[in-house]
Amino acid sequence: MSILVVMENRGSAWNRMSWETLAAGQQIGAELGVPVMAAVVGKGIGPLAAELATKKLDKVYAVEHDLLAEYTADGFTSAVEQLVKASGATHVFFPHTYQVRDFAPKLATRFGQMLVSDVIAIRLEGGKPTFVRLLFQGKLNGDVRVSGDGPYFASMQAGAFRADGLESGTAPVEAFTPTLDAAAIRQKPDAPFRESARAVDLTAAEIIVSVGRGIKEKENIPIVAALAEALGAELAASRPICDNGWLPMERQVGSSGQTVSPKVYMAVGISGAIQHLVGMKGAKTIVAINKDANAPIFEVADYGIVGDLFEVVPALIEEVKKAKAS
Amino acid sequence: MKIVVAIKQVPVRDSQLRVESDGRWIQEGDLNFEINEPDAYALEEALQLKEKHGGEVVAICAGPSRAQQTIREALAKGADRALHIEADDLNTLDTLGVAKLLAGALKEEKPDLILTGLQSDDLGYGQTGVVLAELMGIAHATIIMQVEADGGSIRVKRELEDGWFQHITMPLPAVLTIQSGINKLRYATLMGIKKAKSKEIKAIDVASLGGSPAAVASIDKIYIPQRTKQAQIFEGDVKVAAAKLVEKLKFEVRVI
Repeated sequence: MSILVVMENRGSAWNRMSWETLAAGQQIGAELGVPVMAAVVGKGIGPLAAELATKKLDKVYAVEHDLLAEYTADGFTSAVEQLVKASGATHVFFPHTYQVRDFAPKLATRFGQMLVSDVIAIRLEGGKPTFVRLLFQGKLNGDVRVSGDGPYFASMQAGAFRADGLESGTAPVEAFTPTLDAAAIRQKPDAPFRESARAVDLTAAEIIVSVGRGIKEKENIPIVAALAEALGAELAASRPICDNGWLPMERQVGSSGQTVSPKVYMAVGISGAIQHLVGMKGAKTIVAINKDANAPIFEVADYGIVGDLFEVVPALIEEVKKAKAS
Repeated sequence: MKIVVAIKQVPVRDSQLRVESDGRWIQEGDLNFEINEPDAYALEEALQLKEKHGGEVVAICAGPSRAQQTIREALAKGADRALHIEADDLNTLDTLGVAKLLAGALKEEKPDLILTGLQSDDLGYGQTGVVLAELMGIAHATIIMQVEADGGSIRVKRELEDGWFQHITMPLPAVLTIQSGINKLRYATLMGIKKAKSKEIKAIDVASLGGSPAAVASIDKIYIPQRTKQAQIFEGDVKVAAAKLVEKLKFEVRVI
């Protein structure tokens, strides 16, 4: 048995979730007493491989090819497929990023396996990992067991493992050049871009009042906006609110929007799907207002009111005004 | 252009979920079901592409007999016909198994484009479309926010993290997983609902597709997550609760 962690980078910068996944690999590797390897994939990745070699690992693979300069699903699937075979890894870990979601399921299919995605914890039972993941938008957890001949593939959710527990060491770097055919890469990507300069920088806000599906209709948004105003807070939203065009996309908090860590984050009518939580769980104090006492948002909240936001929010506005006046 | 849309029926949002006594799945008896939200956006995108380029929209859904209702709704919104893979054991299959059933059922269809939601609201593995593409040997792209078809190829806008996007051009046939919010969902019209009654839903027996594939990843146990952090909940009268919360914000968190 051995573990291979496939890191992610854009250009010369790491995706920070890679380090958390590497920590997961080290942790499981140490508990099972098995070798742990890591790989960086791309072009011109020498410096990244060298940095990776300062961690406690049995081997670092520098997977390099001209056709890996830009990410493509076909190119990365083929390259990592060859690497997994050459490395002999039995367990392959990825950070659960949009890029991994794009190619790792395809890779697993080639081995007759499936990617156990969005893993929040790994438990070892009889020397075998059981993967814990979220189901039903975070309302339930599920223990997933993999079978078949492997290798097994899993992707780790942001924040599930702590990168500050990474162990340093010295690892040998091995160059790995996959055989790739330009004609077999069907996706032709343009350069990534940002829609427009962000007019709203939520990351600078000290207090954020954020609104979710519980608000029901666009016409009700001013109710929560008034609370934000009373608190001197920025108004933000979960994805569905922006999808509906009730608030501009630039006010969206979550994996596809902004990641914030204000002093106070007040989630109003937000159930707390993982895509939202990853964008705000770094807040110092989290307040949740939701009618469903079992909503996942209460998992991360410091303070909560279980109730109808249409009653709670006006009462809060009144109390905030009183507190400010006194 | 022939477009297939893969849709799934899931419990309605805000359902109160209870774990079945065997601990392996939820109690489905008293739940209501609806189309998986990202799949609704995939269906809408397919309908808009058909309106622009002509062709046919075929909905495909694997699930028990209750899934018929969701299929009828897709037909009422404008899908031309549907394939229903009659599977009662969906929750014991893994994504690979479901994708194998879908690929088997689509063998004869030869669509130009397959659309599906980027993930399901129940299991949330987020990969059925990608696995399906690999099984069918065709190209794919995920988390799509815009689709432009042009003859034998398509150009799509893929969402990356943190507000970044990227355009990708690919040959057809292809599979796209659609992100929520790509378009504005339509409602079924009365005429649409009436028409849907006479549209074809072809029932496909799992046995005719070689039976349910054995799972390589199985859910052993489901349970309510243990709270790692204990939130202080203010209860009782709304005014009292609000006053207590504001007091905390003023004197402990010190932001008022």
